[in-house]
Amino acid sequence: MVRILVCVKQAVDVSQLKVDSATRRLIIADAPKKISDFDKNALEEAIRIKEKLGGEVLTVTVGPEDAKTTLREALAMGADKAYLISDPTFENSDTLATSYILAEAVKKIGAFDLILCGEASIDSFSAQIGPRLAERLGIPLITYARKLSLEGDTVAAERSLEESSETVKAKTPVVITVTKEINEPRTPSYMAVMKAFKKEIVMWKAADLGITGEKVGETGSAVQVLDVLAPKVERKKIAIKGETAAEIAEKLAKTLIQEGIVAR
Amino acid sequence: MNEHSGVWAYSENRDLILELIGKGSELATKLQTQLTAIVLGHNVKDQAKELVGYGAQKVMVVDNSQLKEPNVEPYLSVLTQLTKQHKPELFLMGSTKRGKELAARLAARLNAGCVPDCLELEVDDQGRLLAKRIVYGGNALVTQVFRTKPQIVTIPRRKFEKPKYKEESRGEVININDIQLEAPKTKVVEVKPKEIAETKIEEAEVVVGGGRGLEKKEDFKILDELAHTLGGQVGYTRPLVEDRKWFTEWVGLSGHTIKPRLYIACGISGVIQHVAGIRDSKTIVAINKDPEAPILEMADYIVVGDLHEIVPALSAALKRIFGVGKE
Repeated sequence: MVRILVCVKQAVDVSQLKVDSATRRLIIADAPKKISDFDKNALEEAIRIKEKLGGEVLTVTVGPEDAKTTLREALAMGADKAYLISDPTFENSDTLATSYILAEAVKKIGAFDLILCGEASIDSFSAQIGPRLAERLGIPLITYARKLSLEGDTVAAERSLEESSETVKAKTPVVITVTKEINEPRTPSYMAVMKAFKKEIVMWKAADLGITGEKVGETGSAVQVLDVLAPKVERKKIAIKGETAAEIAEKLAKTLIQEGIVAR
Repeated sequence: MNEHSGVWAYSENRDLILELIGKGSELATKLQTQLTAIVLGHNVKDQAKELVGYGAQKVMVVDNSQLKEPNVEPYLSVLTQLTKQHKPELFLMGSTKRGKELAARLAARLNAGCVPDCLELEVDDQGRLLAKRIVYGGNALVTQVFRTKPQIVTIPRRKFEKPKYKEESRGEVININDIQLEAPKTKVVEVKPKEIAETKIEEAEVVVGGGRGLEKKEDFKILDELAHTLGGQVGYTRPLVEDRKWFTEWVGLSGHTIKPRLYIACGISGVIQHVAGIRDSKTIVAINKDPEAPILEMADYIVVGDLHEIVPALSAALKRIFGVGKE
């Protein structure tokens, strides 16, 4: 009986984000939200381990109340039960505060063999929560796993680093962050989606975890956001045109040489 | 909060540490403090002198046989103790995968903030450190400030210039021996070096990029030829690696970040994740069949056309102008 907890984040679907070109502000309120991509890989991996060895897959998120839809997605994929940790005082929490909330929730949910997270979230991409959670729980951490196996109480993972790949072993309980390469997440069937509505989502507020205001939200955060702006694009945007490919190529080659961009 | 002072720099990457020293020295001057480089490992004492030459005013060295293996906990425990004892106000760490994990865990142990992958770092007129990074898949640049110290940031390779080596530079080297190392919680049982291209794509002056517009794998030959003509390298987008499995490494947010003198995007639509990896290229040429492709919006020279025709024609034109093969 393997007990696995998967931490998921309801992220902004960055591929559908629009920018107000006049102000360079992002129109975040209109962008759809979804489970962060790599968190789906973490879920898929957890479900595969459960299918092979038996056990239970729980999932948890810290987020706004509408993150319930994200948890339904996780339940449809095959998680058995979900936890939504939500409180108005959590707003504007940075990774320091968020990892605190998450760690308190994990301690209350119970003991696990594996805690899986995505390597980073698709919207903020900070790759902080997994490592910070492991530290707060005082258990081993394996980051950037692209292959995973569990034998008894030993986890073996293959990690992909910049100039090498390595195999790492650790004793459970372990926090593991996974990369996109680890698997291809399943698309839940209609039946699975229907079944997900019968599964339980436990809702906890700050008070349920004994969390007080000073350790969360802006007060509990070490980092504060001053500004979010679309980057300036300053490109020449000169179209090179012609009748034939040869003519265009000739013009382009000459332009690049004249401008000193290409030298022989 | 005022008890914190000094700028620190650490990376296990020998190139990145120099870039951190360069940027760190600049910030230390603005903050009216000193730059200290940290050297950790086994038989690493020689490195300290080199870092002084690159501008470190102080180097703290922990040379210990327990730091021979790349396990995180021994390193982490050393950094935690040093930071707790000496209280730097700012700690620059390298954004390698190892460095990012180390930074996040160090921040957790110190109850500190951490801004990873900073692309810009400046001190404003109130003396605050402004840390900027890309978020929302390349759609936005966020500016963040710290409310507590130490301020931990990680910096990717090639963001800041490597400083010049000066033989005459002087600095203090401190060897630290009385330090407790934590035992590793994970065990590295095998390390396989990756097959790395002869020259790294980050080093290339010219990169020819190939995307979904490539019809078949063999078409990479026309890109190769163009890259060869320009003395550059070829790079691919993530779909050619992930979906088509043609190649093993990609250029983009989660792969290689490049800033060549010239980037030629061939059949690349320009999804934000890819654009985030090439944004800093000096000149961008985009060749695409689709006149609506987003990449065209961020190119200096735009060609709307089929890469399978344009690219070989461009190689031919350049060769002719350069006079290759005529002699």
